[in-house]
Amino acid sequence: MSKLVGTPVKRREDARLITGHGNFTDDVRLPGQAYAEILRSPHAHARILSIDTTAAQAMPGVVKVYTGQDLAGRVGTVPTAWIPPASDLKQVPHAVLAVETVRYVGDGVAMVVADDPYIARDALDRIVVEYQTLPAVTDQREAMAEGAPQLHADAPGNVALHWTVGNDTDEVFAQAEVVVRQEFRQQRLIPNPMEPRAATAQYLSATDELTVWLTTQNPHIHRLLLSGILGIPEHRLRVIAVDVGGGFGSKIACYPDEVLVAYAARDLNRPVKWTEDRREHFMATTHGRDHYEEVELAGSRDGVLQGIRVKSYANMGAYLSTAGPGVPTILFGLIVNGAYRMPVASSEVFGVFTNTTPTDAYRGAGRPEATYIIERMVDLFAQTIGQDPLEVRRRNLLRADEFPYTNPFGLAYDSGNYHAALDQALTMVDYPAFRQEQAALRAQGQYVGIGFSTYVEMCGLGPSQVAGAVGFQGGLWESATVRVHPSGKVQVFTGASPHGQGEETTFSQLVADQLGIPIDDVDIVHGDTARVAMGWGTYGSRTMVVGGAAISTAVDRVIEKARRIAAHMLEVSPEDVVFEDGVFHPEGVLDRQATFAEVTIQAYLAWNLPQGVEPSLEASAYYDPTNFTYPFGTHIAQVSVDADTGEVRVTKYVAVDDCGPVVNPMIVEGQVHGGIVQGIGQALYEGAVYDDDGQLVTGSFMDYTMPRARFFPQIETAHTVTPSPHNPIGVKGVGETGTIASTPAVVNAVMDALSGFGIQHLDMPLTPEKVWRAMQQVQDEQ
Amino acid sequence: MIPASFSYRRAESLDDALRWLAEDPQGSKLVAGGHSLLPLMKMRLAAPRRLIDIARVSELIGIREQSGAIVIGAGTVHRDLAGHPDVRQKLPALAEAAGKIGDLQVRNRGTIGGSLSHADPSADLPAALMALAATVDIAGPAGERSLAVEEMMVAPLVTGLAPDEVLVRVRVPIPAAGSRSVYLKHPHPASGYALAGVAVAVTLEPAGAVTAARVAVTGAGVVPFRATDAETVLIGDRLTPARIAEAAKAAAAAGEFAGDALMSAEYRRQLCRVYVERAISALVD
Ligand SMILES: Cc1cc2nc3c(=O)[nH]c(=O)nc-3n(C[C@H](O)[C@H](O)[C@H](O)COP(=O)(O)OP(=O)(O)OC[C@H]3O[C@@H](n4cnc5c(N)ncnc54)[C@H](O)[C@@H]3O)c2cc1C
Repeated sequence: MSKLVGTPVKRREDARLITGHGNFTDDVRLPGQAYAEILRSPHAHARILSIDTTAAQAMPGVVKVYTGQDLAGRVGTVPTAWIPPASDLKQVPHAVLAVETVRYVGDGVAMVVADDPYIARDALDRIVVEYQTLPAVTDQREAMAEGAPQLHADAPGNVALHWTVGNDTDEVFAQAEVVVRQEFRQQRLIPNPMEPRAATAQYLSATDELTVWLTTQNPHIHRLLLSGILGIPEHRLRVIAVDVGGGFGSKIACYPDEVLVAYAARDLNRPVKWTEDRREHFMATTHGRDHYEEVELAGSRDGVLQGIRVKSYANMGAYLSTAGPGVPTILFGLIVNGAYRMPVASSEVFGVFTNTTPTDAYRGAGRPEATYIIERMVDLFAQTIGQDPLEVRRRNLLRADEFPYTNPFGLAYDSGNYHAALDQALTMVDYPAFRQEQAALRAQGQYVGIGFSTYVEMCGLGPSQVAGAVGFQGGLWESATVRVHPSGKVQVFTGASPHGQGEETTFSQLVADQLGIPIDDVDIVHGDTARVAMGWGTYGSRTMVVGGAAISTAVDRVIEKARRIAAHMLEVSPEDVVFEDGVFHPEGVLDRQATFAEVTIQAYLAWNLPQGVEPSLEASAYYDPTNFTYPFGTHIAQVSVDADTGEVRVTKYVAVDDCGPVVNPMIVEGQVHGGIVQGIGQALYEGAVYDDDGQLVTGSFMDYTMPRARFFPQIETAHTVTPSPHNPIGVKGVGETGTIASTPAVVNAVMDALSGFGIQHLDMPLTPEKVWRAMQQVQDEQ
Repeated sequence: MIPASFSYRRAESLDDALRWLAEDPQGSKLVAGGHSLLPLMKMRLAAPRRLIDIARVSELIGIREQSGAIVIGAGTVHRDLAGHPDVRQKLPALAEAAGKIGDLQVRNRGTIGGSLSHADPSADLPAALMALAATVDIAGPAGERSLAVEEMMVAPLVTGLAPDEVLVRVRVPIPAAGSRSVYLKHPHPASGYALAGVAVAVTLEPAGAVTAARVAVTGAGVVPFRATDAETVLIGDRLTPARIAEAAKAAAAAGEFAGDALMSAEYRRQLCRVYVERAISALVD
């Protein structure tokens, strides 16, 4: 039988998704369903003086109007679930509806439930809220300054957390021949999955059970959090997320909105649905990034890197989101040395409250920010010592014989061959010819540039013991149950929660190959806490790494049991039975065999099972990885800059990624492409802008520039394959690499194009105006 | 995104539309393609009590040649305008502008009348129509009147139309022999509307001397505008790069630009200069 792993099997989920037969939360229609709308604060910071809901409540068709006051004491607050150790984190109360104070534009103030969505929306306009506006602050450094508006009584100076990590850098920096310093601003981004958030809840009084259909990346985590916040026993709660139209991290968090919908369904004993619109999404769904960093890099004059020091100010928004505090700390601070050998390094992070939408994971989550600064710093260092950025990389990138490598923060990079990936990428561009052409064009007043990003990232989250040690309030193992039905058809129940990535296909490939059965005999079941016992969800490029490993282990267990039954059928001892291409036979003997289906039916008939073997054929595995995985690679971007308008165009893009063995090259290419354009979105186009009053200026697709397909050249991809030694499949994760690698590659390329102007650094996004101004300024000075 | 409640009537004739408008001019809105009005209603920035749908009024739809002009019905959709052979041949700037609006779905529904009546300062058609010296015919309770397109574009989202009037057709004079026109667009990366949209129409003598020139800019300025100073620079001998650059400077100097949180006035002026220069350059061999 031909192997499916490694081949571009078409996505099994696409037929239903692209013909409109998907089953998204908004598709759920229940008899008697009511509709919710949430009134959101128009002010960034204000005291609520009064809320008058009488007119709204009196409208025909309005079922009930809720305010924060109504819910106080009935519904708990929304906690954060990541508390970095020794960070003095302030777990400030986050009420599901604001009671006394609103703290960002979009903060929930009231909820209307009505017979139809039109009435619910009209009723919002009839609620009268009297506000006393307060001064607002949206920038984290300003928020820390003396005299800044204070958001929470419990967080003086608006400091939400202060966390440091690393070893002693003083001596190295004191003695270094070269120390390069640079400040960076990594702007706030607004994740935009195709499907906005939604929740539909149904309460069955007969069984006292509450079911919540939800746009989530981690239904079991949501069940646990909802249970705690609502005081509903976990076994009476069911969270379902069948089809979810993308998340990029924004559907990890537990939001007040879904708590409200769940509460109302039980309170009213009537199904309630809420679906946010895109405008709401821009202001009320978590944002990503938003750092300032002060970075120092030490090295020798001949190009050896010696250490890095990072001080970072991360904007947490108005409240701490579910995974928010872990993103700018653990997922960022531990890997700022990147793919380079470096004896010392340290990170210091301030997490700061501001009057903005809370921040949380956004594709890459912390690692793009870390990769950006180290890759930019390497270029700045190269420039300072007058070496080619490529040479500095060659000199300092870890060599294949140095793995496992323990970085200054104690992370053990699993395996790698960074130089091979770089070499491969260099076969896809003509670097010397580009440099010649660049010089020739420059003489004609035309500017092109090339940029490298030789990245490594940590993903496949992660060992539960480490999760505990870094303050994540959960485990990070994954579950799998493989159930072989009597006829040989297989259902796989996974605790991972794919929401667009394609694991219904890739998991099936694994299982079909391992069992030697057709892929159509395998179904992947996910996203339902009543069908899947437990799981931690999909994020941090963990699904194939951890979820896949759990499945593979469970399948092995199924095979082991089947082998014992087959041996009994074949009248040999189990050790003498081999399993190949779906057939059991004695070693070296091919004319006596039992197919997987024959063994399966015997397992269920149980007429003649070996001693000590129970009927049925099913196994579970709870796989807890022993380490993270560390995908790596080299991305190279070529850009041109329009000297008249400052517009940057990416003219060529090469990506060589090493994510271990590639289970499905088509799906991996899709992940890489999507990740790259998302990362270039940060480099060139995207950026949330708040005005002085804390209003979100970029509140729609009219002014927030999501990258479009037409902005990009055809992306050229290739792979090197270095298996991770510590998971059974060897995979390393590929969900975030593109986003992590591409941002600095493109910014480095633009800075290279502008190097003739003596411009060292510009902060992202490199909008036409910013680039034009920088060039203009230099020309004016000359 | 749910609009406030409204009632809806579909007009079969211009007469229906005028009559119904007259019943409640302040509370009614005509709807053609709906591609500008419906987004406003969904965001509750507009909340008309009644919509009068004119999208199927056949007397408002179509393109024909009449006494030296191309006459375009107000209900003609952008796609038909962009693809019409006479428009493409005789009024290339207009065909190009229409073809660069939004995407195919938008061009299939959006109308020339709707675009001019909505008066978005970044809309594409106004620049092309100004450069081509177009006028509009407007019907109201007191009969018909005409306005130059420049007079239609009063301020952002403000036009020369009264609430009880209907824009009926656009007339574009067929340019004299030896005329050329072009529309060059720098789209806003997010919205796709014009950040700088420049239309230039010139009439050239066989030897290249310029006998007539009109330059209009949309997107960059506060409202779409004619750059008459630039036109003056262009008229005369065969165009040189230096004169083109001078004309572009004049256009940038004449426009009124405003900055916002995302882009400065200074940069908009720069875009105006660069695109005027590139548009004119595209017209000379
Ligand atoms: C996604 C998207 C992208 C777009 N991109 C662009 C772009 O790149 N460039 C661009 O120029 N435009 C763009 N548009 C706008 C598009 O061109 C609109 O279709 C056009 O501006 C309005 O035409 P309409 O027929 O849809 O008008 P409607 O929305 O129906 O009406 C607009 C206004 O005009 C009034 N009105 C309509 N017809 C008449 C009439 N005959 N007489 C009097 N008043 C009338 C209406 O009452 C209303 O106030 C875009 C729109 C969308 C949705």
